[in-house]
Amino acid sequence: MSDAGFDPTAPLTASGNLRRRRVVSRFAESGATIAAVVAVAVLGIVTYTVVSRGAKAISLDFLFTGEPTGIGPAILGTGLIVLLATVIAMPIGVLIAVYLTEFSGSRVSGFVRSTLDLMNGLPSIIVGLFLFVLLVKPTQNLSGFAGALALAVIELPLIARGSQEVLLLVPSSLREASDALGVSRWRSVLTVILPTALGGIVTSTVLAVARAAGETAPLLLLTPAPIGTTFNFNIFEELPSIPFTIFILSEEANPEGFTRAWGCSLVLLSAILFASLGARALLARSRARMTR
Amino acid sequence: MSGTTANPAYMPAGNDGRDERAASRLRRIDRFGDGLLFGVCALASLLGAVVLLLVAYQMIHGASPSISKFGLGFLTDTTWQPNFNVYGAGTLIFGTVVSSFVALAIGGPIAISIGLFLSLLAPSGVRGVISPLVEMLAAIPSVILGFWGILILAPFVQSDIEPWLHDWFGFIPLFGPPQTTGASVFTASLILTIMIIPIIASISRDLFLSVPHEMQDGASALGATRWEVVRGVVLPTTASGVTAASLLGLGRALGEAIAVTQVIGAGSKINANLFETGDTLAARIANQFPGAITEMHIASLYYLGVILLVIGLISNLLAQWIGRRFDYARSVAR
Repeated sequence: MSDAGFDPTAPLTASGNLRRRRVVSRFAESGATIAAVVAVAVLGIVTYTVVSRGAKAISLDFLFTGEPTGIGPAILGTGLIVLLATVIAMPIGVLIAVYLTEFSGSRVSGFVRSTLDLMNGLPSIIVGLFLFVLLVKPTQNLSGFAGALALAVIELPLIARGSQEVLLLVPSSLREASDALGVSRWRSVLTVILPTALGGIVTSTVLAVARAAGETAPLLLLTPAPIGTTFNFNIFEELPSIPFTIFILSEEANPEGFTRAWGCSLVLLSAILFASLGARALLARSRARMTR
Repeated sequence: MSGTTANPAYMPAGNDGRDERAASRLRRIDRFGDGLLFGVCALASLLGAVVLLLVAYQMIHGASPSISKFGLGFLTDTTWQPNFNVYGAGTLIFGTVVSSFVALAIGGPIAISIGLFLSLLAPSGVRGVISPLVEMLAAIPSVILGFWGILILAPFVQSDIEPWLHDWFGFIPLFGPPQTTGASVFTASLILTIMIIPIIASISRDLFLSVPHEMQDGASALGATRWEVVRGVVLPTTASGVTAASLLGLGRALGEAIAVTQVIGAGSKINANLFETGDTLAARIANQFPGAITEMHIASLYYLGVILLVIGLISNLLAQWIGRRFDYARSVAR
């Protein structure tokens, strides 16, 4: 980059240097392309392995019964835990998002966003340990409820930040129109702003659910139940879950268990991938509609 | 902000007393509603800070027996023997730092290259396909990645990659002789690499897309090749943001428990050789907490959690701080 020997009157022909620079550039371009291909290939390999090995385990009995080999109770457990977590985290997350976009000044919102990001950065095992001291230790009772609270802590920052981004996209003309009609703030939030942003809020919730559904560490500490043969709806008892089942089976060196673990992985992965793909498609649509 | 509605629409319309009463009732409801909504939202927003404080307090509380017994020597002591009630985190801190930094060293450049590809090279159709696929990579649950790691990746690493690295780079102590199983710090690093790539890649893609086009076009007009535009314009203007993204990725790698437990092999020694087994803070907690019985064992596991929490918070705060300085530099430059 030094221009010590720069001669403005030099003829504008390519020096030998140019070829080298072009080669370097081409090299860098192909490097970047290869990196992207590698990432997609890894995704492909993992998905392919899970699908091809998991498909052997899948059957109607495997999915819906609690027979010694069925994972029905674990599917139910995961469903209950994640549902409860979402029921707790979603309203709070949306309220935080409303506060950030409608009420707070820039300094307060900076602080709140910073705490949300820190929460998002908490290792999930720490969240598990935290709820263990908070809930399990005093009551001496491992429970699906504790697991659900842990997942709620994990989902909360994701829902809040996602909804905040969507609320920011609500056209200001809507807010102004509402103000001009003399509608008070709380009415316009509840009847104008939130309904407009509803699609995006649901999307970010689904993405948060997809993330939380695969979390294993908190469940390992808080609700480590083996799959029984019966379905259990009581969230204040230990509930079996899909991620924990995969973890346990993967720690045992048992080929039959491995097959079941692949089956569980297929169920979990396909649910998560479909949910997040669908959510992304929805998000793109609702975003396009709002910014139009 | 709250409750102060000075809208003409609420002023009494005429002399009709009923209208006035209705309007004042409406005004009261609205004032109450505004106040309520504001209060509930503000409370919810405080929740984040409350949770963080509670986490810090509860972790330190849980760890206090161990903290008072071992003190700061815990950080450097390398013995961890539950049978003799002696605990030290030295090996685990070492394992955590090494596995995460190896993951960052491999994953960082790859992720930034992906970001460059997606933002500057790929035609928009290709970008629309590859971008979500890379983000899908982040959606794979860690337990599945770890399971895949034990059964598929580890044998391959042990039989192919490790001998190859040992043959060519064996003079570096990091690449010592491979072990009999594929469970090693190196395998754990590879799994962590897969986990952090999508995080860093998607943030840096957005950063690169935000670099003003005039600057890139200016460099091109001066005769810069594509790589020189990247080297001279794109990377320098986004350097701090990319650093922040890498720190976020690092934070994720430091705290991952499950996938690491599955593939790292729960070793108990400090080894320069990446192909030996090792253990990390988070993995040790996941591994031993469910079976821990004695008070000191549990407290020491909490102590590990406290260390992990401190490391994680520092890397996260650092990322935020760098990111904010970056925002500031941006807003001044504009």
